[in-house]
Amino acid sequence: MENPISGLNKSFDNRIRLGVMSILMVNDEISFNELKGLLEVTDGNLATHLVTLEESGFIKVHKGFIGRKTNTTYAITKTGEKAFSAHIQALENMIKGFR
Amino acid sequence: MSEQDQHLDALQDIRRMMNNSSRFISLSGWSGVAAGTCALLSAIYTANKIECWKRADCRFEQIILDGGDRLQATLVQIAAVTFAAALVLAFLFTWLRSRKTGVPIWGYSARKLMVQVAVPMVAGGLVIWRMMDFGLYGLVAPACLIFYGLALVNASKYTLPEIRFLGYFQLALGIVNLWMIGYGLYFWAAGFGVLHIVYGIIMWNKYERGTNS
Repeated sequence: MENPISGLNKSFDNRIRLGVMSILMVNDEISFNELKGLLEVTDGNLATHLVTLEESGFIKVHKGFIGRKTNTTYAITKTGEKAFSAHIQALENMIKGFR
Repeated sequence: MSEQDQHLDALQDIRRMMNNSSRFISLSGWSGVAAGTCALLSAIYTANKIECWKRADCRFEQIILDGGDRLQATLVQIAAVTFAAALVLAFLFTWLRSRKTGVPIWGYSARKLMVQVAVPMVAGGLVIWRMMDFGLYGLVAPACLIFYGLALVNASKYTLPEIRFLGYFQLALGIVNLWMIGYGLYFWAAGFGVLHIVYGIIMWNKYERGTNS
C-alpha cells in the first residue's frame, strides 16, 4: 500500500502558508493587505512566507498600482493548486487511516 | 495533541480561511437595524403624506390636475432619499465594524458582493421604472420586495449566509402583496422596515454581542 504521508507537503506545514494557500484556492487574486487582515499576522512575517511560496512556484505575484500606491496581489499557480489539493487529500487519507 | 488532532486542526483552518476570505463578513447587524429604521420612518412619512392628500390639505386638486406625474415624482423622491439614507447608515456601521475586526472593507469579497447585489437591483429598478410609466403603481411595492429578495438570496453566497433567509422572507412578502394590491405601503414597511430590524438584531446577537467588536 502507498504510504499516505507521501502526499504531505512540507511547504504547507506552517499555519500561515497553509492559510495563504487556502485563501488563494477560493479567490482569483487577493492583495497583501487583505491577506494580512485575514491571517492576522505582521507584514514581515507574511512577506517571508509569501516569498517562500513564490519560490516554490505555488503562487504568482502581480505588482500594480492604485493611484500612486503600490498594490501587490497574489494568485495561485497551477502547480500550487495541484500541490495543495494533494496535501489536503493526504491529510484526509491520514485521518481515515487512524479510524 | 495527537497527530490526528493536528491534521483535523489543519483541515478546520483551511475551511475557515476559505470561508472567511470568500465571504464579506464585516456586515454589521446595526446596518440592518439602521436601514430598517429609515424605511419605517419613510413609510410613516409617506402614509401621512397620502393621508393629507386625501384630505386635500396638501392641494390634492393640484396633484390631480398635474396628473400622475407629480405623484410619481414625489414618491420617487421619497424612495430615493430613503434608499440613500439607509445605504449611508448601513455602510457606516459596517465600516465601523470592519475597523474593529481589522478586515479590510474594500476587498475582493466586497467587490464580488456588490456586483451580485447590483445586478438584480438594477434590473428591478428598470422594471419598476417602466411599471410606473404605465401607471401600474400597485405593482411597485411587491416588485421592490421581490427584486430585493432575489438580490439578497443571490448575495448570500458572498456574505453571511443567514442573509438568504432575509431574502426568502422579502420574496414571500412581495409575492403575497401581488394579491393584495393597494396595501403596498404596509408590505413595504414590513419588508424593508420590520424584517431588516429583526434581522439586524439577530445578526448582532449571533456575531457581535460579547465579541467586543
